[in-house]
Amino acid sequence: MDFSSFLLMRQEIILLAIILLLVVAEIGIPKNKKSSIVHLAIFLFGIHTAAGFFTMNESNLFGGSFQTNNLIHFFKNVLNIGVFILLLQSADWIQEKIVNQNKGTEFFILLFSSLLGMYFMISAGDFLMFYIGLELSTLPVAALAAYETSKRKSSEAGIKLILSAALASGVSLFGISLLYATSGSIFFQEIIEVISANNLTILGFILFFTGLSFKISLVPFHFWTADVYEGAPISVASYLSVISKGATVFILMILLFTIFKPLMHVWENMVYVIAIATMFVGNLFAIRQQNMKRFLAFSSIAQAGFILLGLISETQLGTATVVYFVMIYIFSNLAAFGVVQAIALKTGKENMTDYEGLYRTNPKLSLVMLLALFSLAGIPPVAGFFGKFFLFTAAAGKGYYLLVFLAVVNVTISLYYYLLVVRAMFLRKGEHPIPHFKNKLYMRLGLLITVIGIVVLGLYSPLYEYIYELSSVFN
Amino acid sequence: MDILSLFVVVPVLTIIALVFTKGLKQARLVSMVGSMFQLGMAINLVFAYFKERAINDSIMIFTKDLVWFEQFNIHFAIGVDGISVALLTLTTIIVLAGVFISWKMPDLPKEFFISLLVLATGVYGFFISIDLFTMFVFYEIAVIPMYLLIGIWGSGPKEYSAMKLTLMLMGASAVLLVGVLGIYFNSNADGGALTFNILEIAQVNIPFEAQKLFFPLTFIGFAVLGALFPFHTWSPDGHASAPTAVSMLHAGVLMKLGGYGVFRVAMFLLPEGAMHWSWFFIILAAIGVVYGAFGAIRQTDLKYINAYASVSHLGLVLFALLTLNKIAWNGAIIQSLSHGLLTAMFFALIGMVYGRTHTRDIHKLGGLMKVLPFIGAIYVITGLAYLGLPGFSGFVAEMNIFVGAFENPSMFNRILTILAVSSIVITAVYILRLVGKIMMGPLVNDDFKDLQKATWYEKTGILLLLIPIIAIGVAPLWLSDMIMASIEPFIKGVL
Repeated sequence: MDFSSFLLMRQEIILLAIILLLVVAEIGIPKNKKSSIVHLAIFLFGIHTAAGFFTMNESNLFGGSFQTNNLIHFFKNVLNIGVFILLLQSADWIQEKIVNQNKGTEFFILLFSSLLGMYFMISAGDFLMFYIGLELSTLPVAALAAYETSKRKSSEAGIKLILSAALASGVSLFGISLLYATSGSIFFQEIIEVISANNLTILGFILFFTGLSFKISLVPFHFWTADVYEGAPISVASYLSVISKGATVFILMILLFTIFKPLMHVWENMVYVIAIATMFVGNLFAIRQQNMKRFLAFSSIAQAGFILLGLISETQLGTATVVYFVMIYIFSNLAAFGVVQAIALKTGKENMTDYEGLYRTNPKLSLVMLLALFSLAGIPPVAGFFGKFFLFTAAAGKGYYLLVFLAVVNVTISLYYYLLVVRAMFLRKGEHPIPHFKNKLYMRLGLLITVIGIVVLGLYSPLYEYIYELSSVFN
Repeated sequence: MDILSLFVVVPVLTIIALVFTKGLKQARLVSMVGSMFQLGMAINLVFAYFKERAINDSIMIFTKDLVWFEQFNIHFAIGVDGISVALLTLTTIIVLAGVFISWKMPDLPKEFFISLLVLATGVYGFFISIDLFTMFVFYEIAVIPMYLLIGIWGSGPKEYSAMKLTLMLMGASAVLLVGVLGIYFNSNADGGALTFNILEIAQVNIPFEAQKLFFPLTFIGFAVLGALFPFHTWSPDGHASAPTAVSMLHAGVLMKLGGYGVFRVAMFLLPEGAMHWSWFFIILAAIGVVYGAFGAIRQTDLKYINAYASVSHLGLVLFALLTLNKIAWNGAIIQSLSHGLLTAMFFALIGMVYGRTHTRDIHKLGGLMKVLPFIGAIYVITGLAYLGLPGFSGFVAEMNIFVGAFENPSMFNRILTILAVSSIVITAVYILRLVGKIMMGPLVNDDFKDLQKATWYEKTGILLLLIPIIAIGVAPLWLSDMIMASIEPFIKGVL
C-alpha cells in the first residue's frame, strides 16, 4: 500500500498529532506549571501554520470522500492563520482565568478538534464526510461557549448554541437524505452528473441550505447569534464569527458552484432575497447595540449578507472575491475582537460607553480598533474596501445593479454604527476613561499581525491575482 | 519619481514624519515644511505644464500607468490637464494657508495635522487620477478624515455635524460606486476590454440606455459634494462646526471635488446622458444658487452665512456645467478656483475674529475695523471680491458663466440664467450688510478695545490666499487659456 498518498491529509494529521501531544502534555506537566501549556500549544500551532505553506498535490483519497486542491489548501492556511491570531489574543485570558480552573489544555483540545472538523468539512468529497466534519466542527464549540462556568450567561450561550446547531444539522441531514433519494448517491462527483431541478431535489437543497444558513447566521436563521456571542467567552465568540463562519461560507460556495450549479436559477433568487434581508437586518439591529460583543455579532451578520453578493456571480470571479473577502474579514474582525478582548480582560468592561476617551489613554489600541472598523466598513485604503469593492463588482458584472445599490446603501448604514464606536473612542473624552495599560507580548503580537493584514492585503494586488488563479478549479 | 506621483508621495512622507513628532512645535514645523514643499511642486508643475503643453497636445500629459489589479483592469493611472493643474495648485495654497492658520492648535496637534494631510493626500490623488477606481479610492480618503477633524477639533454641535457630513458624503460615494460600476461594465460596448481608464472609456460609445441610467447616479454621487440642492444640508452644519483650517479646506478644496468629478467623469464619459438629464439637474442647480443666497441673508452666524454663500456659489458651478456651453464651463472652473480662494479667506478671517472675540453672532460684533485694521481691511476686500467686483477673481468667473449660459438660445435656459443672475444682487445684499455691520460703525463692545492684532503667521496665511485672488482678477487670460485648451476635448462630446 502506498502511504505517500496520506500526505494529502498532511494538515489533518499534523493537527491530530498536536491534539494528542497536548493530551500527553496534560498528563506529563505537573500541576503548578500548567500555564506553560499555553506556550506549548501556541508554539506547536505556529509550526503547524508555517508548515501549511508547503505546496501540496491535488487529488482524492478514500475513493473520493476526501478531496484536496490548491484552493482548499490555501483556505486551510487562511483558517490556520486566523486560529493562530486567535490563540495569541486569548493566551493571556487562558493563563489568567482558565488555567487555574484546571481546564487550560481542554480549551486547546476542543478548539483544535473543531478546526479539524472544519478541515474535513471543506475537504469533503461526499455528504457523509461533510456531515461528520460539520458535527465535529460544531460540538466542541458549544462546549467552549459554556467555558466560563462561573457565569450564567456563558452556560446559556452553550445551550443556545448546541440547540440551534443540533436543529440546523438535523435539517441539513434531512436535506441530504432527500438529495440521496433523488440522485442515488452521496458522492459529489456522482451527484453532479445526475442532479436535475425536480421538486424533491429542490426541497432537499433548500433544507440543506437552511442548515448551513444557521451556521453562517443568515437572516432569518440568525436569532442565536447575538445571545451566544454575548454570553460566550470573547475568544469563542471571535472564533464563531470568524473561523466558523468563514469555513462554512467556503464549503457552501464550493457546493453551490459545483453540485448545485444546475439549480442555479433556483438558488440565485433565494440568495438574492436572503442577501438583502441579511444586510438590512444585521445593519439595522447593530445600530442600537451597546454591548460590544452584541454589536460585533450584528455587524458580522451584516457582513455575511455582503458575502452572498459574491455567490451569485460568475463561478471563478465569485469564488475569488468571496475567498478574498473572507480572508480580509477574518483579519478585520479578529482585530476588533482582539481589542475588545484586551480591554475586557484588563477592566471587565464591554460596553460602548466604557470606550469613551479611549484614544487619550490607550492610543495604540484605539488605532487598531479604528483600522479594524474602517476595514469592516469598507473605507480605503484599508483592505476591507477592496474586498467589498470586488464583491460588488462581481455582482454588478452579472447585472444585479439594484442589489449592488441596496448593498451600498447598507454600507452607508454600517458606516454609521462603526463611526459610533469611533466617536466614543476619539471624539468623546469620557468621565471615567479606561486607564492606560500595557498588553502582554502575545496580545500585542496578535494585534500586530491583524494590523499588517488589514493594511497589506488590500494594497498588495498579487495576492488577489493568486486567489483568482486558484479559483479556476471549479470552472 | 515622476512629477505627479510626488503629489501622493510627499504628503504621505510628511504624514510618516508627523507620526514621529512630539508636541505642537514639531508637528506644525513638519507640516509647514511639507506643505511648502507641495506648493513648490505645484508651482514647478505649472511651469512644466506650459513647457510640455507646447509640444504635446494629448488630452492628459505627464501620464503614468501602473497595473494594479490586473484581473479587473484596474490601474494606478495618473495624468493632468490644465484644469487639474489649476486645482492642484489651489489645493497646495489652501493647505499651506491652513497650516499657518492652525499655528496654535492646542488639542492633539499631531493628530490634527496628520488628519489634515490625509485629507490633502486624498484631494491631490483625486485631481491627478485618470482611472475611475483610483479616483474613487482617493475620493473616500479625502472624505473620511473630515469626521475626525470636525468631531474632535470642532465647536458647537460637532458630533452631529461630523456624523451628518460623513454619512451624506459617504452615502453619495456609495451611489457613485454604482455609477462607476455601471460605466465600467459598459466600457466594452465597442468590443474592447473592460476598463476603468477615463481616456479609454471616453473613446467608447456607451449605449444610450446605460447612459440614461448611470448619469444620474454618477452626477448625484459627485454633486452632493458640490452641495447640489437638496443634498446641500451637510455643508452649512459641517462648515459651522469645523475648526478654521478645516472649514477652509472643506469649502475651498473638498467641495471642488464635486464639480470636478461631474465635469471629468459624469459629463465626459456619459455625454448623451448629460444631455438627456441636464434640464432636470439645471433646475436643481438654479434653485440652489438662489436658495443659498437667500439662506445667507437670513443667517446671523458668520460661518453659516459663508456656508450658505458657498451653496449658492458652488450651485453656480454646477449650473454652469449643466448649461453645456464652453464659455460657461470656463467660467465654472474659474469659479471653482476663485470660490476656493475667497471662501478659504473668509473662513480664515472668521476664525481670527472668533478667536479674539469668541463670538460669531453678527449682532454682537461691530466696528472691528478700528481695533483690527488688517483683518478688517482684508475682510472688506474679500467681501468685494466675493460679490464679483471687477479686478478680482470672482468677477471673471461669474462674467464667463452668465455670458456662456445666456448664449444658449432656448427660452428655458435663459429664464433660469436670469434667475441665477439675480443671486449676484442678493450676494451684494448680504455681503455689504455683513461688512457694514461687523467692520464699520461704532465699536459695540468695550471688551473688544484691546484685541490682539493679526500675528505674523496669520498674515502669512492671508497673503498666500490674497495674491492669487488678485492675480486671477488682474490677469485672467493665462488661466483662461490653460483651462480653455483643456475644455476643448470635453466639450466635443456634448455639443
